[in-house]
Amino acid sequence: MPDLFVNAMPDQTGSDEPHAEQPYTTNSHARVYPSRPEKIYLYGNCLIDLLQPEAGLDALKLLEREGIEVVFPEQQTCCGQPAYTSGYDDEARTVARMQMDIMSEEWPIVILSGSCGGMMHHHYPSLFKGLPEEQQAKYFASRVFEFTEFLVHILNYQPEDQGNHQTVAVHTSCSARREMNVHKTGWLLIDSLKNVVRKVHDHEFECCGFGGSFCVRYPDISGAMVNDKVKAITDIKPDRLISADYACLMNINGALDFQGYELKGTHIASYLWERTSKQAAGENNA
Amino acid sequence: MPEQIPMQNLSFNQRVDRDLNNPALRTHFREAMDFLMDKRSHSFTDDEKLQSLRELGSSIRKRALSKLPDLLEQLENKLRDNGIRVHWAESSKEANQIVLDIAQHHGAKTMIKGKSMVSEETELNECLEQEGIHPVEADMGEYILQLAKEKPSHIVMPAIHKSKEDIAKLFEQNLDDCEYTEDVDTLIQAARKELRKQFHSADIGLTGVNFMVAETGSLVLVENEGNGRLATTVPKVHIAMTGIEKVTEYLDDLPPLLTLLTNSATGQAITTYVNIISSPRKGGEGGPEEVHLVLLDNGRTIPFADEEMRQTLQCIRCAACMNHCPVYTRLGGHAYGATYPGPIGSILSPHLLGLEATKDLPSASSLCGACSEVCPVKIPITDLLRRLRHEGVRKLKKDEEPVIRGHGAKYTHTEKLAWGSWSKLYSSPALYRTFAFSASMMRGLTPSKMKGWTDYRTTPKPAEKSMHALIKQHRKARKGEPL
Ligand code: SF4
Repeated sequence: MPDLFVNAMPDQTGSDEPHAEQPYTTNSHARVYPSRPEKIYLYGNCLIDLLQPEAGLDALKLLEREGIEVVFPEQQTCCGQPAYTSGYDDEARTVARMQMDIMSEEWPIVILSGSCGGMMHHHYPSLFKGLPEEQQAKYFASRVFEFTEFLVHILNYQPEDQGNHQTVAVHTSCSARREMNVHKTGWLLIDSLKNVVRKVHDHEFECCGFGGSFCVRYPDISGAMVNDKVKAITDIKPDRLISADYACLMNINGALDFQGYELKGTHIASYLWERTSKQAAGENNA
Repeated sequence: MPEQIPMQNLSFNQRVDRDLNNPALRTHFREAMDFLMDKRSHSFTDDEKLQSLRELGSSIRKRALSKLPDLLEQLENKLRDNGIRVHWAESSKEANQIVLDIAQHHGAKTMIKGKSMVSEETELNECLEQEGIHPVEADMGEYILQLAKEKPSHIVMPAIHKSKEDIAKLFEQNLDDCEYTEDVDTLIQAARKELRKQFHSADIGLTGVNFMVAETGSLVLVENEGNGRLATTVPKVHIAMTGIEKVTEYLDDLPPLLTLLTNSATGQAITTYVNIISSPRKGGEGGPEEVHLVLLDNGRTIPFADEEMRQTLQCIRCAACMNHCPVYTRLGGHAYGATYPGPIGSILSPHLLGLEATKDLPSASSLCGACSEVCPVKIPITDLLRRLRHEGVRKLKKDEEPVIRGHGAKYTHTEKLAWGSWSKLYSSPALYRTFAFSASMMRGLTPSKMKGWTDYRTTPKPAEKSMHALIKQHRKARKGEPL
């Protein structure tokens, strides 16, 4: 069928190729990374704090084991993204300002969630554009690193896998990929676990449908998206599902559980800790 | 495919409900979008090259928009010198009236049309029919829709929601001597035979325009079927219709823009036909005796006035953003309820129609950013969606000029209050701690009915101890302090 008629009859031209790997394109220029710091700030994100706190603790233990002094500012709350994406800029700024104030030293800020990282690294500078805090926001943004990005590019972390053979599906958050440009670091870490096989699922590049308030404002669209995601993941029957973004995990896990699947996604910090520490093997995730 | 219910009778959510629950439509769009995504990715294999081409495309469009008034003036002068008549239309109604006047001046009864989304935007066909002029859509997709009495669901492939079976039935019912067949070639030949007749008898040819070149006074039109070539050469009058933003400065700007357009749209290095029209017929040549250009504003000057929103006008209508959009893929184009669906529609329609009528469009997105990632002219679509959300919930300050019609259309006092208390909670560590503490303590009581969430997911339960608490405990344990 020649191209010219696809506009009339698309189903004549359907291709049978799997839609597993979309050639990712990069929007931002490669970042220049600082050398290994002695001290960092750990930023947990509000969802991890309340819903999956072990991931935060595992990240902290892992970083400490690598000889990094971890500062966990007690006053941290939320990056401001929910208000920002809903269009409430003033409210977002109030919350963002606070996070900038409590993490003002020169240390890198390591974020356990790609979407909060995207908010702080990518959007803070525009949120404060033209305001007195603009410079502060830019400086803050320049010190923000997503967890896997920090492990790979700054610590050159090489996990020593102690676990049994497992297959793993990976979900990368859209913000990590498109705002932080760090989709490959998660894969890299998983791939460096010698007993773990990473399996690619259908439309892996596609959004899981969370989108913050989107999932409750347009529940059926979001529901259709997360159902497709669950199907794609369960179709490849992975032993584990891993993501570096707890917001996506909360969404996907909720749908997995709703549909009666045993599979439950794990934050990459917990997974890495689990695979590399003998004591943790059974403790973090069944 | 169920009967198309007139869009204006349904709310956005009702349309979403209708189309999400149509399994055939869902599968159909998924397959079609996969096909188009593959086409694009197979033609852009070198990422570095693609990125520099996008950079170039974006700068060409930005440059043109930065001089828009001057370029339009230059274009008008050049076109006039070349013998093409230029008409300015502020609204859809004005644009349609101009076309009608030209048609009536020539005593036209029929008009053969190449693909033109702008004529969809102005609802030209309805207007012509009322005045007894019969428009015939000559683009295969548009022709199918005209027979089916439906609107486009995609800006490049307007009938993409139609299956082969739908089309077979439609042709069987509407074309002379066309029996039901699912053989695509036979179907296409049947339609082409019918259209050929119309080309020769039509009084006027009307088409859209992809680019207008100010330097040379040329109209550029790309297509694959040859209907554009015929519509611009066979009838004795050709009317081109387009938006004011489609102007580019130099002829040299064309090659990169065309490469970006056709590769992004259909994965083609170049389309089968590239028509560059720079004058009516001269001397013994073929071609129309008269060429007209109708330039439509219809709200485009609104985003033009705002530096950030102006980027909306960089669009070259390749449709890559909708092909890659997870929401469009699930809904198809009709649910959007506007001429331009998908991400580009969601940032453009609020300017054309006002935020009041389109307030759901900027919000119905997970802001995943697939659109911005593929846009060949680097429109920051997600940033613009967010900006429109912001304008939708913002009340204008005293004496402030509105940047869009329907400012604050989504503003509600309750939501403003809710975000107010949200920001109080999250900017006060003490309050947040108390909240986190009580959330953890009451985890057994988490309301299991969170609106929208629980139809598809179980509710997450707050952990027994927050990360704050766990880390504190861990540190105490390490120091050997009591827990
Ligand atoms: S916004 Fe970009 S991707 Fe979408 S149609 Fe326009 S040019 Fe193409």
